[in-house]
Amino acid sequence: MKFINRRTAALTALALTASLALTACGSDDESGSNGNGGGDASVTFLPKNLGNPYFDTSDAGGKKAVEEFGGKFEEVGPDTATPDAQVPFINTAAQQGVGALVVSANDPKAICDALNEASDAGVKIVTFDSDTEADCRDIYVNQASSEGIAKAQVDLIAEQIGDSGEIAILSAAANATNQNAWIELMEKELAANHPNIKLVDTVYGDDDDQTSFDKTAALLQSHPNLKGIVSPTTVGIAAAARYLSTSKSKGKVALTGLGTPNQMREYVENGTVTAFALWNPEDLGYLAAFAAKALIDGDIEGKKGDTFEAGELGEYTVGDNGEVLLGDPFVFNADNIGDFDF
Amino acid sequence: MSTTTEAQRPEAGSRQSAFVRGLSNALRSREIAVAAVLVLVVVLTTLKSPSFLFGGDNFRDLLVTPSILLLLAVGQTAVIITRSVDLSVGSTLGLTAYLTGKLFSTYPDLPIVVVFLAGLAMGAVLGLVNGVLVAFGRVPALVITLGTMYIYRGIFLSWAGSDRITASDMPPGFLDLGTSSILGIPILTIIALAVLAIVGYYLHSHRGGRELYAIGSDPDAATLYGLPVTRRILAAFVLSGALAGLAGVVYAARYGTVSSGAGVGIELQAVGAAVIGGVAIFGGAGTVWGAAIGAFLLVTINRALPVIGIQDFWQRAVVGALIIGAIVLDRVLSARQERKLVEERDHA
Repeated sequence: MKFINRRTAALTALALTASLALTACGSDDESGSNGNGGGDASVTFLPKNLGNPYFDTSDAGGKKAVEEFGGKFEEVGPDTATPDAQVPFINTAAQQGVGALVVSANDPKAICDALNEASDAGVKIVTFDSDTEADCRDIYVNQASSEGIAKAQVDLIAEQIGDSGEIAILSAAANATNQNAWIELMEKELAANHPNIKLVDTVYGDDDDQTSFDKTAALLQSHPNLKGIVSPTTVGIAAAARYLSTSKSKGKVALTGLGTPNQMREYVENGTVTAFALWNPEDLGYLAAFAAKALIDGDIEGKKGDTFEAGELGEYTVGDNGEVLLGDPFVFNADNIGDFDF
Repeated sequence: MSTTTEAQRPEAGSRQSAFVRGLSNALRSREIAVAAVLVLVVVLTTLKSPSFLFGGDNFRDLLVTPSILLLLAVGQTAVIITRSVDLSVGSTLGLTAYLTGKLFSTYPDLPIVVVFLAGLAMGAVLGLVNGVLVAFGRVPALVITLGTMYIYRGIFLSWAGSDRITASDMPPGFLDLGTSSILGIPILTIIALAVLAIVGYYLHSHRGGRELYAIGSDPDAATLYGLPVTRRILAAFVLSGALAGLAGVVYAARYGTVSSGAGVGIELQAVGAAVIGGVAIFGGAGTVWGAAIGAFLLVTINRALPVIGIQDFWQRAVVGALIIGAIVLDRVLSARQERKLVEERDHA
């Protein structure tokens, strides 16, 4: 059902986008000639949807950056994260002739036409958090690399179990591409640098609370000597934490992975989990805003090797495919979890 | 049937040992057969790995994990007995689980009992919708509840969106229900067993319960006989919905997290548990005791297979084999009984 839904939604989105793009074509020339004189540091953030604590945090970072370099910050966005919902906002931004648009794409293709129109009108396009096709934007600010994510999780679990013993992985669906890529990299990292840690099992919770919860219980039942669990999915880690917090293994079996502070707060505060990782959305928004400014000022074009300054985060270099990497994942623990709300 | 065994006993006693006779009687009682399989699974797995039963929280988990499915299977049995089926219980469970979280996050001081009643009431209303459509519309329940399954899920999706209820939204006293126990038996399991006992007693000994069986055996005859068919079917669906609602509250207490995916697919597990427990899918036969043991078996076998060392992916296949095996067994036994009855008639 979900699949059918998504497909119909995508088709509708495509049709809508096409019609919008076609109608936009007529007005495009005018807005292009209205154009901006360059150097206009107005940056518009367009998250996947409004009212989403994750994007509230990232856009706050963007606002901070824009205020630092003295530009004009604006945040617009749809109520729901559907593929076509962002298109009217992109068109409006193009007509207003903003300096740059910072987008987290709801769909890699659906908003491409609208973005290209905006780009033709002189708007610089930065994607963050979720990319579009590479030719629809100038720069993509990537929150983390697969290698970075894998290494951060292995480092965390190694530290928490004293670098030896049995661990298991609680993943999402068995066919989730990103999960499998991370797991493979984690296995390599374990084999290379942590010979005393043995990965005894990988189970799949399907990003479902109940399944993940029950799989955690089954893991502990099947592996009495288990010392740690790594769950590289926000649903999985929260469900595993919930199970552990109610079990006798609390405090004995370590748990780490990728999670969001709001879901994990309870378990960090009650001692079930000591530390977990994710990127810091605030830094992500901050970096995206500075990338937008560098594009507006003409300091960079989005080519490989371009470098720019990103305020307190320091200097960044554009990599392959116009990607800028935020850096290593951010580690949340009892000391800093109170600073975040997403 | 019991008179037949009495009459044949002297003769049969000479041919069969008491053991074989006992075994064949046991096989004829589906509840005992399924219970034997359940015990066998637990014993074998415990022999392989003693911690399966005795380690950590494992004993508690073996008792508490099936309680949600047990509630659904009991409700499902009442519906299946009337020759219907209720596929909307997974969506009902999700909706009430989310309602539970919402109630607590909006009114943190709400007494837990009120939330349980709210869950039961909401489930009953959703079940009533099914019942009205099936009983008055005379449309097959499979179609109606397939429809409401998607409708209820749709309502849930538009209500919850990407929002999720987390453990911090609910009071600790409520979440403790998920783990606390009385005399070593988890509270959630006690709730489920109490429901099982009440429904089991009603179906077995009460007029209304017996009429459900009559309706499922032969709906036309039941109508001709003057049984209140519409009212009974309505009641069965309200019961199924209310128990799904209760299961939703239990879900929230147990898992502490509710997102819009809660309870997807669990309706088929409930049907599976009932079928494994000997409830005839075309109505008229089976008990909630069997369905309850079926629920325990389904959940426990999922726990046992990884311990025995069977891959994640094969576990579903084993469950499927169990369901098919149960139906084949049903078929064989009922064919055998039919033959016996025919023989008996011819002799007489």
